[in-house]
This record gives sequence, structure tokens and C-alpha cells, in this order.
Amino acid sequence: MSNLLDLLVAGLATGAIYAIVAVGFTLLWQTSQTINFAQGEFVMLPAFLMLAAMHAGVPFWLAIIFGILLSMLLLGLGFKMLLVDPMLRHGVLPLAIATMALAIGIKEAVKQFFSAEASPFPSIVPAGDISVFGRLVSLQSLGVLALAISAVVALTLLLNRTSLGHQMQAAAQNPTVARIIGVPVERMILLTFLINAFLVALASLLITPIYLAKFSSGEVLGQAAFIAAIVGGFNQVRGAIAGGLLIGVVDNLAAAYVSTQYRAAVPMLLLIVIILFRPQGLLGRPEERTV
Amino acid sequence: MSAATKKYLRIAFGLAVIAALIFVPMNFNRYGLFILSQWAVMTIAAMGLNLTLGYAGQVSLAQGAFVGIGAYTAAIMTTQGLPLIGALGVSIVLCFAIGWLLGYPALRVQHHYLAFVTLAFSTLAFLVFRNEDWLTKGIYGISNIPRPHLFGFATNKPLPFYYVCLGSLGIVSLAVWWLIRSPWGRAFVALRENPIRALSLGIDTRRYTLMAFAIGSALGGVAGTLYAPLTQYIDPVPFNLSLSLDLLMMVIVGGSGFYFGPFLGAMIAVLLPEWLRFTQGYYLMLYALAVILLLIYSPTGILGILDRYLTERRTKAASALREVAKPKLETAA
Repeated sequence: MSNLLDLLVAGLATGAIYAIVAVGFTLLWQTSQTINFAQGEFVMLPAFLMLAAMHAGVPFWLAIIFGILLSMLLLGLGFKMLLVDPMLRHGVLPLAIATMALAIGIKEAVKQFFSAEASPFPSIVPAGDISVFGRLVSLQSLGVLALAISAVVALTLLLNRTSLGHQMQAAAQNPTVARIIGVPVERMILLTFLINAFLVALASLLITPIYLAKFSSGEVLGQAAFIAAIVGGFNQVRGAIAGGLLIGVVDNLAAAYVSTQYRAAVPMLLLIVIILFRPQGLLGRPEERTV
Repeated sequence: MSAATKKYLRIAFGLAVIAALIFVPMNFNRYGLFILSQWAVMTIAAMGLNLTLGYAGQVSLAQGAFVGIGAYTAAIMTTQGLPLIGALGVSIVLCFAIGWLLGYPALRVQHHYLAFVTLAFSTLAFLVFRNEDWLTKGIYGISNIPRPHLFGFATNKPLPFYYVCLGSLGIVSLAVWWLIRSPWGRAFVALRENPIRALSLGIDTRRYTLMAFAIGSALGGVAGTLYAPLTQYIDPVPFNLSLSLDLLMMVIVGGSGFYFGPFLGAMIAVLLPEWLRFTQGYYLMLYALAVILLLIYSPTGILGILDRYLTERRTKAASALREVAKPKLETAA
């Protein structure tokens, strides 16, 4: 029983990180039809930016700020201006393939300029255990869970409760009408790219202490985020959140109760079943098929 | 130039390329022949994907898994002493059947959803290669894969085996050439351009979607069957998701939906890293950058640039003719 509780907490903690990455992924899809195959690499890179700053002698807290700002510049503004904007008019598929090439590029750049080995990364949550209802639970898992959930709640509040959030949603749902009623659509799209960059930097900060900083770690993360986004619902932010938490828990439980060898297969099977029987995702709205 | 001379020129150019592929590698070293054989094998796999993606318009991220299935079939059967031809038959049937089944999701979902279903399949196939030790020897891989005897000739040496790969590429090229000019190929294109119109014209889109997947996958199996004896050792690593992504990039970079696209795409993916070897570790970065720049400039790949140039020249020639003809028409009026 205590084992199950540990698994659930650990699963929810990784799941919450997947949810953050998946939310960014769905935001990009909604506002600019970008299927970002480099999303996993986007999570991997900020940790290395922070490590590089720390190697230069900058204290940890400053390195975090530096890493987040630089990722917003590179993975938000740079990604949009240099890759998405010129590619968008060519359609969904060429853009998706360009992001695959970008994923290779980022991975190789990190391997070449930093290291091919895994590097340890300091945790922002202190290590140790805490007693919850008489059970010991890892403080790190709880801290990650709390931070990830507050990020998600803050984002949901931004999207649903503020004028800015409403403008962003309008720009995503119907850019033409949004433009007519005076929403600065271009600025809103740029904003979603910046938010995505912020979210991946945050996810990087939270997950890297658990899995170490390695150039190839983006592959697994990216796949988990895709699956979370699709399982939850590609066109809904809350769908991506639910999907992320679900995948995190399923992944951890599968590792414990199915087999460690096939743990990666369980989320994949879940994905296939969802796509075949409920392609709009658990919480998504059906998308009309374009002729 | 008249149309007939153009046609002869084209045939002569084709024959020259084929002759070069046969005679130039004769004094290549072992490594050069390996790279060229690899190009031939990857071209076959990319041609299969070009049928599924370029002609029928169905996104697949599973071609690498089919190369893997073909390679493991060949490795398991030939190390048991069975002939490679038999393994080829089994690979084709197996990949055709699995490809057909993988096509079923394509009947329900399209575009990015389909990409993710095939991506999931790719990962599942990799897990099976890695974990089913009794069949695939797991992470230790299968070694000492024999090369075949064909018509009494041993193909152990690199040069004869290169000819096996080249010959297979030739046969597959002819088959695909015939297929895309047959009613089937036209049905595939109709499916890509407008599925609903195709359906209303009486094309059984359901059957052709499944067919496009099955045939494309079977060609992946053919490539895998050649890959195993080429490297003579296989383990799960080369058949992970990145092979599927590489093959997809080959098709797009060469020019998806163009017959010669896969030849060019595979050439760039296999040979460019060799030419960029002097840049040491930077070559994959440069490759990724080159692909992005190419896609920004021309999303239809290299042959897309050529196609655009030729269309422009034709339009210009036509307007020049019109200019010349104009005064005559005006005086006639």
C-alpha cells in the first residue's frame, strides 16, 4: 500500500511535468498549427543553458533566470521568427518535418558543445522525505508536484480569467474574427510561443534533477508530451493537463506492475486505443474534418 | 530541341547513370562499397515511404520499423541456414500484412493523428526487438549473418554484394515505375489530392489506403532483408524511431511525390555525412541546418526546385511564342 502511494506521488510529479510540456505543445498547435517534434529537445536545452551559466561562475538562482530568459529568446522568439513564420504558409507537414530536423540539430549541438555524458543537475527542491499521514513521501516529488500544479493553475487563470487570455483564445479559435474585433492576433501568437518557451524551461528545471541532463533525454520527454496531448485532447488546455497526469501515473504503475521492459509500451497502447476510439481525446472537442 | 531528341537525351543520361553505378565502384575500397550499398538499401525503403506518403498522402512514421522487421526476418532465417530468397518472401508477406493492419487507423484519422499512431507502432516494434530475447537475442543482437549464394555465385565479398543491392534496387525501381503508371498509382494520387472526390468517382478509397500502406511497408521489408546481410550484424539500435524520421526526411528532402525523390534524398542522407566528415562532429548539425533551410526555400524538396524552374521556363517559352504569334493574329483579324 505504501508502495502504491509512493508510485502515485512520483507518477503525479512526473505527470505534472509532462502536463506542462503538453500544454505548451497544444498551445502551439492551436495558435499556429505547429506540431513541434522538437518539444522534447526544447525541454532538454534550458537545463544545459543553466549549467553553462553555472560553469561560468554564476550562482544557481541567477543561472535559472538566465536560462529561462535565454530559452524564451531562442525557443520562443527565435523559433517563431526563423522557422515557423517562413514555413507556416507551406502547410502542416513540411513545418513538422522542419521541427524534426531542428530536434536533430539541437541534440547534436548540445552533444558537440557541451558533453555526450549525462551531467548531474542541482534540484531546486531540497532532498529528503516528509511524513504525510504517517507515511514517508519524497520531498522532491511533492515539491515538483506543487510547483508544476501552481504553474498549470496560473496558466489556466491567465487563459480563462484575464482579458489577455481571452484575446489569446480568440486568436487561436478564429483569427479572422479576432482580427475584426481588434485583437492583435500576431502579438498573441508570439505570446503563445513565449509562454511555451517559459513552460519548457520550467519543465527542464523540474525534471532534469530527476533524470540528469543528457543530450538525448528529449526523445522520451517529447514522446510523453505528444501522448499526453493526444490522450487528453489536442485542442484543449485542460485535456493536455489531464493527459499529462494520466500518462505520468500510468507510466509509473506500468513500470511497477506490468514489466520494466515494456513500461514504454503501455502509454503507446493507450495512445493507439484513444486515437482509434476517441480521436478527439478524453476531454477534447471533435475537430471537423477538412475536405 | 525537338521532343524526340529530348527523349533520347534523357534515355542516354539514364543509361550513363546506370553504367556509372555498375562500373565506377569496381575499384572502390570496402568502405566506399558499403556506403553505396547502404544508399541502395535506403533508397528502396524511401521509395516505399514515397508511395505511402508522396503518392497516397498518408503520413507514416513507421517505415524504420518495417526495415527492422525485414532485417530481423532475414537475420533469423538465414542464420538457421534458410536461403535469403525465402527470407525475402517471408519479409514481404509479413510487412505487407502488418502494413495493411497499420493502415486501418488511417481510415479513421488523418495527418498528425496518423503520424502519432505510426510513431507509437514504431516504438512498440523497437521494444519487441529489444525485449524478446528468445527470438531476436535482445540487446546482444544477431551476428554472423551470411551473405547469399546467387545463381551459384558467392556474394561474400563487398563488390558482389553491392551488385545484389544495386540489382534489387533496379528491380524495385521498375516495379514502382510500373505501379505509379498503373490505374493503382493514379488511384493513390487521387486519394492524396482529394479523397472525397476520389470516392465519388468510384475509387474504393478504403482499399487503396490500406494498399498504399501495405505496399510501402513491404518495400521497407525488402530493404531490411538486404540490410541484414549487408551489415552482417544487427541489434535493435538502428531500428529505433530516428530511422523512421530519417527516412521521412529523405523522402521530403529529395522531393515527396516525385519518382526520383527517394534516390536523391537517400543520396544526401547517406553520402552527405561522408562528404562532411572533415567537419568532424559538426556534420549532423550542418545536415539539420541544411534540411531546415531547404524546406524553408522549397517545401517540396530538391526536385521541387527543379520542377518549379522547369515550369517557369515553360511558361516563359509559351509567352514568348504568344508574343511572336500576336502580330500575325492581329493582321489576320
